[in-house]
Amino acid sequence: MTTLPESTDKKLGLVIDLDTCVGCHACVISCKGWNTENYGAPLSDQDPYGADPVGTFLNRVHSFEVQPEDKPAQLIHFPKSCLHCDDAPCVTVCPTGASYKRAEDGIVLVNEDSCIGCGLCAWACPYGAREMDGEEKVMKKCTLCVDRIYNENLPEEDRVPSCVRTCPAGARHFGDLGDPNSAVSVLVEERGGIDLMPEQGTKPVNKYLPPRLKDDIFYQAPEPLAPVVAEAKGFVGWLDKMLDKV
Amino acid sequence: MGQPQLNLSPKVSDEVRKTTCYMCACRCGINVHMKDGKVAYIEGNRDHPVNQGVLCAKGSAGIMQHNAPSRLRKPLKRVGERGSGEFEEIEWDEALQIACDWLEPIRAEDPSKLAFFTGRDQSQSFTSFWAQNFGTPNYAAHGGFCSVNMAAAGIYTMGGAFWEFGQPDWDRTKLFMLFGVAEDHDSNPIKMGIGRLKKNGGKIIGVNPIRTGYNAVADEWVGITPGTDGLFILALIHELLKAGKIDLDYLARFTNSPVLVNSDPASPEYGLLMRDKDGKLLVIDRATGKPAAFDKKGVKPSLSATYEKDGVTHVPVMHMLAERYLQPEYAPEAVAERCGVSADRIRAIAAELARVAFEEAFELPIEWTDFRGETHKTMTGRPVSFHSMRGISAHSNGFQTCRSLHLLQILLGSVEVPGGFRFKPPYPKPVSAHPKPHCKVTPGKPLDGPHLGFVQGPEGLCLREDGTPARIDKAFSWENPMSSHGLMHMVISNAYAGDPYKIDTLFMYMANMSWNSSMNTSGTMKMLTDKDENGDYVIPRIIYSDAYSSEMVAYADLVLPDTTYLERHDCISLLDRPICEADAAADAIRWPVVEPDRDVRGFQTVLVQLANKMGLPGFTNEDGSSKYEDYADYITNHQRKPGIGPLAGFRGNGDSHGRGDVNPQQIDRYIENGGFFVSHIPDEASYFKPWNAAYQDWAVDMGLYDSPQPYVFDVYVETMRKFQLAAEGHGDRQPPDHLRQRIKDTLDPLPIWYPPFEEGLVSEEEFPLHALTQRPMAMYHSWGTQNAWLRQIHGRNPLYVPTDIWEKNGFNTGDWAKLSSAHGSITVPVAHMAALNPKTVWTWNAIGKRKGAWALDDDAPEAKEGFLLNHLIHELLPSKGDGMRWANSDPITGQAAWFDLRVQIEKVDAPDEVQPAIPPINSPVGKGPRSLAWKVEK
Repeated sequence: MTTLPESTDKKLGLVIDLDTCVGCHACVISCKGWNTENYGAPLSDQDPYGADPVGTFLNRVHSFEVQPEDKPAQLIHFPKSCLHCDDAPCVTVCPTGASYKRAEDGIVLVNEDSCIGCGLCAWACPYGAREMDGEEKVMKKCTLCVDRIYNENLPEEDRVPSCVRTCPAGARHFGDLGDPNSAVSVLVEERGGIDLMPEQGTKPVNKYLPPRLKDDIFYQAPEPLAPVVAEAKGFVGWLDKMLDKV
Repeated sequence: MGQPQLNLSPKVSDEVRKTTCYMCACRCGINVHMKDGKVAYIEGNRDHPVNQGVLCAKGSAGIMQHNAPSRLRKPLKRVGERGSGEFEEIEWDEALQIACDWLEPIRAEDPSKLAFFTGRDQSQSFTSFWAQNFGTPNYAAHGGFCSVNMAAAGIYTMGGAFWEFGQPDWDRTKLFMLFGVAEDHDSNPIKMGIGRLKKNGGKIIGVNPIRTGYNAVADEWVGITPGTDGLFILALIHELLKAGKIDLDYLARFTNSPVLVNSDPASPEYGLLMRDKDGKLLVIDRATGKPAAFDKKGVKPSLSATYEKDGVTHVPVMHMLAERYLQPEYAPEAVAERCGVSADRIRAIAAELARVAFEEAFELPIEWTDFRGETHKTMTGRPVSFHSMRGISAHSNGFQTCRSLHLLQILLGSVEVPGGFRFKPPYPKPVSAHPKPHCKVTPGKPLDGPHLGFVQGPEGLCLREDGTPARIDKAFSWENPMSSHGLMHMVISNAYAGDPYKIDTLFMYMANMSWNSSMNTSGTMKMLTDKDENGDYVIPRIIYSDAYSSEMVAYADLVLPDTTYLERHDCISLLDRPICEADAAADAIRWPVVEPDRDVRGFQTVLVQLANKMGLPGFTNEDGSSKYEDYADYITNHQRKPGIGPLAGFRGNGDSHGRGDVNPQQIDRYIENGGFFVSHIPDEASYFKPWNAAYQDWAVDMGLYDSPQPYVFDVYVETMRKFQLAAEGHGDRQPPDHLRQRIKDTLDPLPIWYPPFEEGLVSEEEFPLHALTQRPMAMYHSWGTQNAWLRQIHGRNPLYVPTDIWEKNGFNTGDWAKLSSAHGSITVPVAHMAALNPKTVWTWNAIGKRKGAWALDDDAPEAKEGFLLNHLIHELLPSKGDGMRWANSDPITGQAAWFDLRVQIEKVDAPDEVQPAIPPINSPVGKGPRSLAWKVEK
């Protein structure tokens, strides 16, 4: 079994805005592209042009319908990747030490050299955020682009996870959630950010910003516009009254 | 055990090459990271005006498109029957010779026997130049089956349109109203804008029968019934007018609302606008009470004064407008049921539009001078903006609906103002400054001018001497007089029917006409393969160019394989469909960041080579030598007018922009600059552009106009009235009798609403439902499926069914249904969706694939369970019993009415695969690999 660090210097993670995510999958594919070419084994695809294409993705977007009783149904897009939990059960369950949480920034990683592909970590993760690569048979998961965020070969503004850099709607934010004054912590505070499945006790670092109230103002029957003239006077009265204004 | 040592700064790439994406029509800037000479990773270009660094799923998956197993490898000559997909590979010399042997005799005898139509072409100013020099009148791109209603309504109404020609003022708008939209039309900019708007606390109202994508994040969703958007908008206008919540000052200054209209029904000029002897529109000047030219220095147009001349009363457009829309037929109660939106909700939306436009108005401290010489100390902002594309366009009442939307924007005074909707250069541009269509054919000579344009009356129609249509698609004919983008969806049907005439060669580029790009897909396949009594194909010859093994390839006699977007030169030109922003003019290039590893050529270069072989005039010097070697040579050296070429940046010695001499190093300068050029508009010119003297002067300097072109918005489109007058019997050019009533009814110069045509021809009891398609954000038409990464996101397209219909039919997960229209039936898998208009079913567009195409396995879900609604949509309306072929199109522009479709649904036992099951075609490229682990650096 593998131990977690007692504390981490930083808690790097993502803040994902469910009010703004349009479900475009840009983050999914940008992640696939970067992490196929970079950290560890490429993210492979089996039967890519056939009947049952199945590939490894570190980040996926799920869509759910919500049906409030008194309002139209809604569609929520929900991007999901590793939440880099403080109490990560995927780490403690690892028999070889391949799964670990970095002491300096809290990122949960898999050391592919020691991963035996047993899959215990994927069973332990309540979020389904780990995927066994079909080609290499090693466990793959979000690295928070650890090979981007400190990478001195990238311009400073690009030292963010590829999903954050690419998100067209600006629904993904990256930063230190351990620092209450960081931009991401302030955003979480302002928008009432939440943990995913807190009852699991995993203490996820990533946070979700809930969707704002929808279909609200027009169901409160606002004051309709007042007519310029009483109906009886008709068009001529309207014209006189309106065009006087010019 | 300690943590492993990681290399936190691995090398990212050897080199970054910056070019332009082509994974959809959005045309974002991309950074292509190269390792060992291969494409390793693609990300957005932060400096690029369109996407500012972000990139969608399609763009990020470009590496899979560029390396797709479906890429064509070599020119192909058909050896089996047409449609079988049996080809032999040939050399380019032979391919070019075959094409010339077919084309040269046509050109010498009758150039109109060539129909040259390009699909998702991003080089229309070049392909049209080629067609013009060949001499055929039969050229257009895909606009007619896409969103011409939106483009044409915008240009006829306000001298500009959404997407390429305009955008919301994202940083200042507070209320954004979005009507049905095709996702690839301004894809990343809309997502970026929505993000910014939400960050600023703005609200979004989404009007769409389906709540996905942008409508899913909208604060308010209006799940309107398809085809009724125009009626809904006119009800909003009714409410705003009734309450006086319109911008009268704006209407008086900047629109033709004060222009005088002949109101004598007995006059041959009834409904025409009054002009002075110089042809200038006349208004009553409030200062003098007398008529004056609308643009006279210091004139203050009156919205109310009428004028008598020779016993004829002339009233301002404003009178007609108010009188019409104050009518009770446009009241919320009158339209609510039809639209599927309650009267209270319509009133509430009108109130919210008025509140934000007038109570949240603001001033920007920017001084500007208008075209009448008046200086304004500030710019008034009205922070309400709108966007729409395909959803309201693709109906037979689409043009008038799009016009209604623009009228709403204009009444609120929210066009070209801070917080509202803003044009992008080269727009604004009045209709009068656009070309007119040309159709005069002379054997062996070029056409007499550009094919497409904006007619301004019956005199501009493209008719032959006997009054029949001059074009194979019948564009600019009485059937659809203002068809500015042509009617690509009618080309095959008309060519097959020999109506208006027979052609010899059909030449197409990037248009999947035997599958998802045609209505009546099975019928189209038959037309492409049918033979006459002599055993010859009814459409004698077909040349097709595509980069991929699409369904259309099998129907060509000669296939010219194109490159991928990373292997080619292109220019995203100001002469064409630009990538400008509201604050800047911009254009861009593509360049071969990698060389092809197959024997393929960029299609535009092939056109240059064909032109050179045939000695086409625009491509040939006086001494007979060729002007251009390839497309890059054309991009650099072609001049439309002296000093104006395809690219505006780095002209002359590299420092001239807009106008300037040819610069032989121009493409290199673009590459050094990141693949694009941008020139910012000065602050004082940034709003009120159609009327702003500073903008007009900047546009002349940039070469967008030759002289300032101030104009007023046409809330009343006189051109439409001219067609009505002809239908009423006035003038020399007369429509055929069977079209008179329809022209009178539909070409109303003020926006109207009428039910979509199919609704009037099929029984509502029999076909109670509407059926629509949408494009998923992660796919572009048929292209996405060949992409191993994207097809894992959208590999299936069930028919989504609303709750009531789901329950009434007793559907369960995994069930199938037979969906039928007046034209045909399909049997498809269904899925439940609650966030859906209760009378609407829908599916994702172009996921369904034919077996044998795109290098997919025959048992791919796209081929077994994926389907097209196209089988249910005919290119002709159901027969009226009059023997006529009535196109399923808008009667004004010819826009394909995809979304007028009415259907019925019935639960059936699940078949083995979707019906109709179309037999497989032979693949010219084989199948894709069994697994992928794509890493360039091993």
